[in-house]
This record gives sequence, structure tokens and C-alpha cells, in this order.
Amino acid sequence: MPQVHEDAGPSHANAPVVIEARGIDKTFRIPKNRVTSFKERASHPFRRGEFRDLQALRNVSFDVHRGEFFGIVGRNGSGKSTLLKILASIYRADAGTIRVAGNMAPFIELGVGFNNELTARENVALNGVMMGLSRREAAHRLDAVLDFAELGDFTDLKLKNYSSGMLVRLAFSVMVQADADIMLVDEVLAVGDAAFAQKCIDVFRRRRQQGKTVVLVTHDMGLVEAFCHRAMLIHDSEVRFLGDPEEAGMRYFRFNFGGTEDSEHPRQDFGVPDVHASLEDAWLSDADGNRVDNVEQDQPIRLNIVVRARRELERPVFGFHFLNAEGVRVFGFNQELTLGDGQPDRLVPGQRVRVSGSVENPLLPGRYYVNCWVARNRTQGDVALQILQLLDFVVYGTRLGPGVVSVRSELEAVPDPVEEGR
Amino acid sequence: MNAVRPPALREVRGPSAVGGGWRRFFDLLYLISVVEFKRVYFDTVLGYLWTLMRPLMLYAVLLAVFTQVFKLGQQIAHYPEILLLNIVLFGFFQEATMGAVHSIVGAEGIVRKTQFPRLVIPLSVVLTALFNLGLNLIVVFVFVLVSGIEPAWSWLAFPLIVAALFVLATAISMIVSALFPRFRDTAIIWGVFVASMFYATPIVYTLDPGGLVPATMRHIIILLNPLASILELARMSVIGEGATSPATLAGGGVYLIVPIAISVAICLSAVVIFSREAPRIAEAL
Repeated sequence: MPQVHEDAGPSHANAPVVIEARGIDKTFRIPKNRVTSFKERASHPFRRGEFRDLQALRNVSFDVHRGEFFGIVGRNGSGKSTLLKILASIYRADAGTIRVAGNMAPFIELGVGFNNELTARENVALNGVMMGLSRREAAHRLDAVLDFAELGDFTDLKLKNYSSGMLVRLAFSVMVQADADIMLVDEVLAVGDAAFAQKCIDVFRRRRQQGKTVVLVTHDMGLVEAFCHRAMLIHDSEVRFLGDPEEAGMRYFRFNFGGTEDSEHPRQDFGVPDVHASLEDAWLSDADGNRVDNVEQDQPIRLNIVVRARRELERPVFGFHFLNAEGVRVFGFNQELTLGDGQPDRLVPGQRVRVSGSVENPLLPGRYYVNCWVARNRTQGDVALQILQLLDFVVYGTRLGPGVVSVRSELEAVPDPVEEGR
Repeated sequence: MNAVRPPALREVRGPSAVGGGWRRFFDLLYLISVVEFKRVYFDTVLGYLWTLMRPLMLYAVLLAVFTQVFKLGQQIAHYPEILLLNIVLFGFFQEATMGAVHSIVGAEGIVRKTQFPRLVIPLSVVLTALFNLGLNLIVVFVFVLVSGIEPAWSWLAFPLIVAALFVLATAISMIVSALFPRFRDTAIIWGVFVASMFYATPIVYTLDPGGLVPATMRHIIILLNPLASILELARMSVIGEGATSPATLAGGGVYLIVPIAISVAICLSAVVIFSREAPRIAEAL
């Protein structure tokens, strides 16, 4: 059974609760055969389409405190965006209650609800009312928004005549000037060029300083660890962790790339077949280059793998994770391509990469698994394309020691000299 | 600690027909109706002229057909004025309900991405149609006065008749707009239905006793089609001369219970269907 780890937030645990969710369930009914043509409908007029139930959320409960920066993380399809839409009153939950204090501004997408036939001025007024302002309040806010967007003389131009850059500026300005108690932000905001992402991040930072409550849905662990006070990990429609963002990030990676903690799923079940890269060979070797299955304690692990790219991989990075028998990620590291002069940082389809060398071995005796996840573009936010199960091996030795690794220690334990005459 | 007391926790019930408070509902209704209005009036070169031209062109054709080809119109007093009034009133009904069918799907971006009271969307379509009706009625009354009909006290009842028509059109708009996202056939079915309604309603003909329509047919029309009563009442109120009350046409006031019951049933099912569908509309898009 999945466990939920509750961890009191560092500073906001005493602040009043502004979002209280209890036992949220949500199931979508997905039609199996979508009736697309009129003829199909006519030939089976009374057949009720078959449906498949897709449970998006199961018994989700959490509190968000005032002034908190709260992250909701999970991989695609985990249910995190559904949860945000339920919070924002776009979907209705099947069961459970949500209570909210104060007004809430959802930003599911940049510039949502903009009407191309209206001018910037009219759109901003409409948007303000949608955010819950009265018409008068929205009119007051209008100038601030238009100034910030730096649209100059174009405020009375219909949106359909705007350049995409102007549209983004306007949409962003609307978001910045929204004066809601609680902001709900979906990850789509982070999509865009780097300069724009940076601007978004600056806004988040300011919100944080102003003590506003922000709920951020993302799979960018960097953002979560940098900004969030607490984070909630959703996996397979359930809350699996709630608390420290770094811990949430680690568990997120473990669910996505480690795999073994989730015993309900077989290890192979990572969904993506060998689409981007396939494993040709993986083995351990001893000091003489012979293949071995086991490694002696304290001896370096000599790892050899050969991966073949099946698609073009721009600036690829190979992440290695060592997991113990319980599925805990013991350590890991990244490996980029070792390039000669003028060699492009790219793999073309069919090209092989051989990764070999030795790895320091702090492992205690036991069985270990090695996974490799292949990512590209070397950015933190870019999700790994694919996970490769490399190999498992046994570390043998006699020092069983506490914990999961052994480290070299160079300490001294010097007793005080015994004083005479006491 | 925090100096400002936080607002109390309120339960969020998810999307609904009027969710988010009444003030916000009316503010949004106003703004969206203005958007809708501008779309109708400023997108085309002729703008308002079109909303005027459309019924007038239809009127010209029908008038020519039914006074010159079929000699129907010549037996009825004030036939041209009756025809124009009927076309304008039915035109409102048609414009409102046909426009409402696609309205929620057309506003997909808003419905799926923001917290938005669903009822605003079809209602804004009906309100825009109502505005057009107001402008067209000015033309109708000019025609009526020019034709020599004197203003009468009965004109004061006319706004009530329009109000009844508005309620009926709103109810049907709510039903078709709520059903369309799930059953896309709604648009086709309703299109055919409205087209046949044009002939099942006394628009180009009248239900006068002794006229072209046989008594049985007259009873059926007046009993099953609430629009028939509304149009006959409008004729009584505005033109007066030669008009017969729906009660007489139905063969007794007690029979009017049937069209009234049908109208009430339509309104009730509109409320039920719309409030049932509203929370899940975003998922069906």
C-alpha cells in the first residue's frame, strides 16, 4: 500500500488554512468507441457507447496555509492538473469537499478567455470581472495592466491584430496585476522561451515575498525545490507524499525512474518502449576487463554500457541511478557525451555510445540495480525520455554496517589524560 | 502574528449554472452580451442593417408569394402588418435558439479554462437577439402606424407578450445549449425542428375561424404549439382588428391549459437539464 508521509511545513503550519481539501475523488468516463460519423450514429442509434472509467483522483486530502507556496508535482497523467481544475471550479469532484478562504485566481493557461474580436482594453476589463472583481474595480485596474504590458498606442486594437509577443505581454501583465488572495498556476506557464520563464519566476518570487498563497502545479523539480515551502506528490491518482519539497522531488524521480518502490507494477512497465534509445549491452568488469556479476565491497564498480540512439538526440545526458533491493535510490550521477574538438553534441539515429569507467563503491553487501535514464537538452526541466534497465549485481563483503552505504572515516578518538589527585 | 483576520473558509462546489455569485453573474452577462452584440454588429460591413434587412427581405418574398401567387393574404385584414410582426417575433425565437445551440462549445476556451457561470453563455445569445428584436420592432410599429392602425391601449400588453416569448426562447436555449456538447446531433435536430416550426406556427397564415385552416387543425396547432398562442396574442394586442383570442381559437379558455402546461414543462426541464449538465460541461467538450 502506498504510504502518505506527512511533514509539517517549516514556517506556515500555524498560519490559517486557506485551502482545505478532504477526500477528493474524480473519475472520468472515456468513451471506448467514439462515434464520429453521422452514419455510425444512425446505424446504432440506441447503442449506448461503451465507457471506460478513468480514475483521476482518489481520496485526495490536504491543507494549504496562508502565505504558503505549495507545489503539486506528479508526472503526466497523474491527476495533478485535474486537481487544479477542481480547485478552480472548472471540474466538479465526484466526492469530497473543498473549502477556500478568500478569492482565487486560476492561471491554467496564459491569456485564457481572451477574445480576439475585442480590444486589449475590453479584454482586460472582461478578464478582471472573470477573476472576481466588480466592473468598477476592473476598470480601476485597467490602466495598471495596460501600462505594465507596454502596449503603447495599441490598447484599442483588436487582439486578432496583435503580434504574438504583444499577446504574451498582455496576458502576462493580466496575471501579474491580478490581486487575488490565492493564485493557482499550472505548469503551462513555464512553457515559453527562457526569458519569459525567468519573468514568471520573478513574479513567483515577488508573490512569495508579499506573503501571497500560491499553488503551483509542475513537474519541474527545480522550481519546486527553489520556491515551494511544501510539495505534494501525486502518483497514480493518489497523494503519495506531502511535505518537504526536496523529499517530494526525490520521490518523484524514484517513481519515474527507480520503479521498484511501486510493487504493483512490474519493473518493465515504464510505458515507453525503446523509442529514443535502446540498450545494446551492459556489464560489469573486473580490473582485467573480464565480465563479472559481483563486486567486492570497497572495490570500484567498473561499469560498461552500450546504448544505441534510435532517434536524433540533441545534447543527450545519461543519468545513472543505483538502487538497493528495497528500491531506495542510493546514489546517482549524470554523464554527458565526451566530445572531441568540433564534434557535435548530438547522436544521430543508429549511432552507438559506449559509457565505461569506474565508479566509487560505497555500497554495503547486498543486491543492487542500475538504471539509466536518457534525457536530452540537458535542462533540469526536461523530462527524461526513457528509462533503461541496465543490470543488477551483488556486492559481497563482511562489513554489514548500519545504513545503506559505508564511507571512509578518518577520525580520532583521543581520551583526555586522567588528572592526578582527583 | 497575522494582524488581518483571514476570510472564513467557504465551500467550493465546483462549476454550475450561476456559480461565483450573482453580482459576478450579471457583470459577466453584461460584458459577454456586449461582446456578442459587437460580434453581430461590427463584424460585417453593413452591421445593424443586416439584422434589419434579413427579416425585411424574407418579408418581401413572403408577402409577394402570399398576396400575388396564393391569394391568401387578400382575405385577411392588415395581412402585411401581421406577416411582418410574425416574422420579426419568430425571427427572434429562431435567432436566439439557433445561436444558443453552439454557444457553449463556441466558448470552449472560457468554459474549460476558467471558472465561469455556464448560464451566462446561452443567456447572452438570447439577450443579443432580444436587443435585435427591439430594434426590429421599431420598424414594425412604423409600418403599423403608416398602414393606418391607431395606437391602442392594448399595445401596453405587448411587452408582456414579448416577455413570455423571451422566457420560452431562453428555456429552449438552455436545453439545446446544454445538450449539444454531449449530443452533437442536437444542432441538426433543432435546425429541422425550427424550420418545421415556421410552418406549424401561424406566421404566413392565420388561424381565424372560417379561414383556410380547418377547425381540427386549428385546435391542434393552438394546443400543441405555445408559439401559436403568443403570436395570436401579439396580433390581438398590436393590430386588433380581425384577431381572435387564443381561447376562442382553442374552443374554450379551459383548453389553454395545454399550451400553458407545455410551456411550464419546457421551463422546468430547462432548469433541470441545465443545472444537471452545467457541472460536467467542461468535461464533455
